[in-house]
Amino acid sequence: MEDDILLRSGGWFLIAVVAIFAAAAAADTAFAIHMGIAAAAAILTAFVSLRGISLLQTRSAVARAQERYDDEVIRWGVIATVFWGVVGFLVGIVIAAQLSFPLLNLPTEYTTFGRLRPLHTSAVIFAFGGNALIATSFYVVQRTCRARLALPGLARFVFWGYQLFIVLAATGYILGVTEGREYAEPEWYVDLWLTIVWVAYLAVFAGTILKRSEPHIYVANWFYLGFILTVAMLHIVNNLSLPVSWVGSKSYSLFSGVQDALTQWWYGHNAVGFFLTAGFLGMMYYFVPKQAERPIYSYRLSILHFWSLIFLYIWAGPHHLHYTALPDWAQTLGMVFSVMLWMPSWGGMINGLMTLNGAWDKVRTDPIIRLMVFALAFYGMSTFEGPMMSVKSVNSLSHYTNWTIGHVHSGALGWNGMITFAAIYYMTPRLWGRTRLYSLRMVNWHFWCATLGIVLYASSMWVAGITQGLMWREYGDDGYLVYSFAEVVQAMHPYYVIRVGGGLLYFIGALFMVWNVWMTIAGKLREEVPMTGTPFDPARDHPLPARAPAAE
Amino acid sequence: MSYDTLRHFADSWGLVVMTLVFVTLAAWPFLPGSARGNARAATSIFEDEDARDG
Repeated sequence: MEDDILLRSGGWFLIAVVAIFAAAAAADTAFAIHMGIAAAAAILTAFVSLRGISLLQTRSAVARAQERYDDEVIRWGVIATVFWGVVGFLVGIVIAAQLSFPLLNLPTEYTTFGRLRPLHTSAVIFAFGGNALIATSFYVVQRTCRARLALPGLARFVFWGYQLFIVLAATGYILGVTEGREYAEPEWYVDLWLTIVWVAYLAVFAGTILKRSEPHIYVANWFYLGFILTVAMLHIVNNLSLPVSWVGSKSYSLFSGVQDALTQWWYGHNAVGFFLTAGFLGMMYYFVPKQAERPIYSYRLSILHFWSLIFLYIWAGPHHLHYTALPDWAQTLGMVFSVMLWMPSWGGMINGLMTLNGAWDKVRTDPIIRLMVFALAFYGMSTFEGPMMSVKSVNSLSHYTNWTIGHVHSGALGWNGMITFAAIYYMTPRLWGRTRLYSLRMVNWHFWCATLGIVLYASSMWVAGITQGLMWREYGDDGYLVYSFAEVVQAMHPYYVIRVGGGLLYFIGALFMVWNVWMTIAGKLREEVPMTGTPFDPARDHPLPARAPAAE
Repeated sequence: MSYDTLRHFADSWGLVVMTLVFVTLAAWPFLPGSARGNARAATSIFEDEDARDG
């Protein structure tokens, strides 16, 4: 055991030394900084694993632990999700404000919109969403398989390795390191690191399924596994590239021209389909039935939902390249599959919502259920809007406008955000062994702030997008375009300001969550009027006096 | 295999195979007799568990 720890610790020291040499030989500053961060992380890991010697557990303690689920890494995951959520939302407000008031770009390249925008998208999708997915998948797979996490050491590596990926990606954007591929901006060495972490994630997840003591694999795990496997495939293919130097931070894609564009959007759209949809549906299929305390409306429908989603989503990517150099048949294929996707998406939404059949009063009394219902409603709404926007004639108006941004955010804030908040509120008291959340009313405040924020965000971006699209295509009688580009930019100003307001409300809602989760972990219970009272009036709770017999 | 043959294979036999696999998988939970298994799976998440939160 001690030898094992020494070997592992020594391995991390060796990695740190290699990283230091790479930093010294670096072709550019950004690569040197990144290798420095990697070396620091490796040294830290080496010391932490050495500490393991003094923490060696007795045999009985190890045996006792076997009777419980391995939740430590999930607790870290909940805290990381909340932390990165706040960071990501905040950067979102900053860049929204920069679009409204360009002065806020500040006179330095590090704080420009172009560098902060991928910081925002990666922070919310990969840091907030990714941590939520890793934490909930470990929570759900253990409980539905009735088994402890397989490979507990590797599970911890997955968590910390993923945080290192986030830090490297985020610092890279600020330093100007980017592949310029949307949602796949990190450079080749960060991609390699993520590949290692992701394979470890797959091993832990699949390993736990393999050692299950439940004969059937619950459908939530199908969605999680579909998400993990597909993201691995997408990530590897889209990031096939050759570095300019093995000690430099620049690489070039193996594909070129329209093939490169198609590979990127095959990746980009399936990042939405498998990261932001399949993974979060895994959450939905476990936490919605659990919170509602009734089984999923139709298990058959959930299987049908799964296979239809898997078979259809993968072809929808080309709708991002309408009216480009991509062959026409490929554009049409992307459009047709996107429209077909509407069916399984709504099947899934109906399945989730109908789970509440006969218990709809919970929407009034349980704010966590309210978050879930709202998330499902927005899942349905954005999966209707998406197919509609993928139709070529609609796309000719909506593409490159703020309508796309509005669509993405109604999905991300409404569906992904709300279902994640609900899962966090579900797990936190259970993971820390508390009787209940610190405050249920605060969940309610969070819900209303977030809802108002989304309404402001989505409606302002719809109006902005359609205005923008119509102004761009407006021809005068003379056959010339009526508006210059700058005039259209100017017309966007009021909508951009409303958007900042919406983002701020969503952010304030998230601050309620931080406070609530913090106090729940601290073991505090807020004294508050319960969400539902027991209506009772003793004055009226008595039998009627016997009526005098009617006179004859 | 040239791009052209691959493309023709994809939109003929490839498409047929994919459709068949999809239909089989989607029809699986609707097979007669699968209702009990489905009901059992749907309620499996409610069997005693919360006592073992780690």
